[in-house]
Amino acid sequence: MQSIAIVDYGMGNVRSVQKALAHVAPNDKIFLTDDAALINQADRVVFPGQGAMGACMRAMNEHGLIDVIKKAAQEKPFLGICLGLQLLFDHSQENGGTDGLAIISGDVVKFQKSDLKIPHMGWNEVKQVSDHPLWHNIDDNARFYSVHSYYVKTQDNSIVTGTTDYGVNFTCAIEKDNIFAVQFHPEKSQHDGLQLLTNFVNWKVS
Amino acid sequence: MSLAKRIIPCLDVRDGRVVKGVQFVDIKDAGDPVEVAKRYDLEGADEITFLDITASHEGRDTTAHMVESIAEQVFIPLTVGGGIRKAEDVRAMLNAGADKVAVNSAAIFNPDLINELSEKFGSQCIVIAIDAKQVSNNPPKWEIFTHGGRQTTGIDAVEWAVKMTEGECGAGEVLLTSMDCDGVKTGFDLALTKAVSDAVNVPVIASGGVGNLEHLSEGVLRGGADAVLAASIFHFGEYTVTEAKLAMQKNGIEVRL
Repeated sequence: MQSIAIVDYGMGNVRSVQKALAHVAPNDKIFLTDDAALINQADRVVFPGQGAMGACMRAMNEHGLIDVIKKAAQEKPFLGICLGLQLLFDHSQENGGTDGLAIISGDVVKFQKSDLKIPHMGWNEVKQVSDHPLWHNIDDNARFYSVHSYYVKTQDNSIVTGTTDYGVNFTCAIEKDNIFAVQFHPEKSQHDGLQLLTNFVNWKVS
Repeated sequence: MSLAKRIIPCLDVRDGRVVKGVQFVDIKDAGDPVEVAKRYDLEGADEITFLDITASHEGRDTTAHMVESIAEQVFIPLTVGGGIRKAEDVRAMLNAGADKVAVNSAAIFNPDLINELSEKFGSQCIVIAIDAKQVSNNPPKWEIFTHGGRQTTGIDAVEWAVKMTEGECGAGEVLLTSMDCDGVKTGFDLALTKAVSDAVNVPVIASGGVGNLEHLSEGVLRGGADAVLAASIFHFGEYTVTEAKLAMQKNGIEVRL
């Protein structure tokens, strides 16, 4: 039995992440926590987030979680979801400019105004641009559910592992060492989402 | 562009049970809500919306429990509407496993509510539900009605949709129901749908009036809707969600199959 900590700093709906993980890994210990010691002890860490980036950074600061998340992102299988992807980056345009955790180099930018509706909401295709254990048993261009108004942009193409088209071709999944992070919501993306979570639970970082 | 248009079956729930009824009359129990939700999920529904028509506070707790059991087995977005009045109501539904909540009349009585909720929970989970009725033909004009379509507020529906979705803390989506078309099964009010969809920047869900599968395509192609919601055509077994998606695909609409 392994333990999987879902970081809960009071932002957004983390219950559905817990329910989906409990569904794919019924024998593992899966818990929501803001306790740094428990996150340190966990075998794997899931880092979700919703809402505004500034508010998330403030909440993480208040819960004293910045260092422990940075540490986990260096040491163990780490899955970022939605804002949990964006927060890994250097900087976001949101809230008049907000610094992120700067674990991944790049920026978070807003979809430019066009005839497209913002937020980007619904089931869109995810192009797998590199092989990764977390894509195991998931078809290329499978549809995942997303809801977001900002997206991540990096100069480092080697870390981009998934892209989606929405007016612009943007990075929706990155991977670096023990980190995998996605813009979409695997916990709300039916079979393919559950498959990705299963892959995360089984992922042996080499 | 590869974002799929969504099909959203809608379930009326009362005291934690799914009920079937025609315009709130002749309401019958429609079986186990978990089983109904699982069937729609299996058929490929993109989301499921629950409209809570419970009167009592205790019944509302039961609805939260119902959402909780569904969220343990169905892994697509779940929206709960009906009777959401304050932050605690939203929190209770999100904790139960809902992903979005739809706010209707409470926003009319307290226009700051949407901002307050979006700031607290993120606009991605706040849906503004609008019940509109046509009040003039030339130029076409719709107003917001309350009390099941019996009472007008005098508020212009298109202006209201813009007001409730603009700015950083507006609602992230509009659930637009035509009170003229609801239950009539002659199709969406396409002019209303188009007017609102053109006026706002967020996705619009068309609702009210679906009687056959062509109506769903019309909502997207002529109404400009990003998602279509229907209740009775799926409830009474006339069509499956899969059939609805295939019909839309035939009309050149991108769907998730």
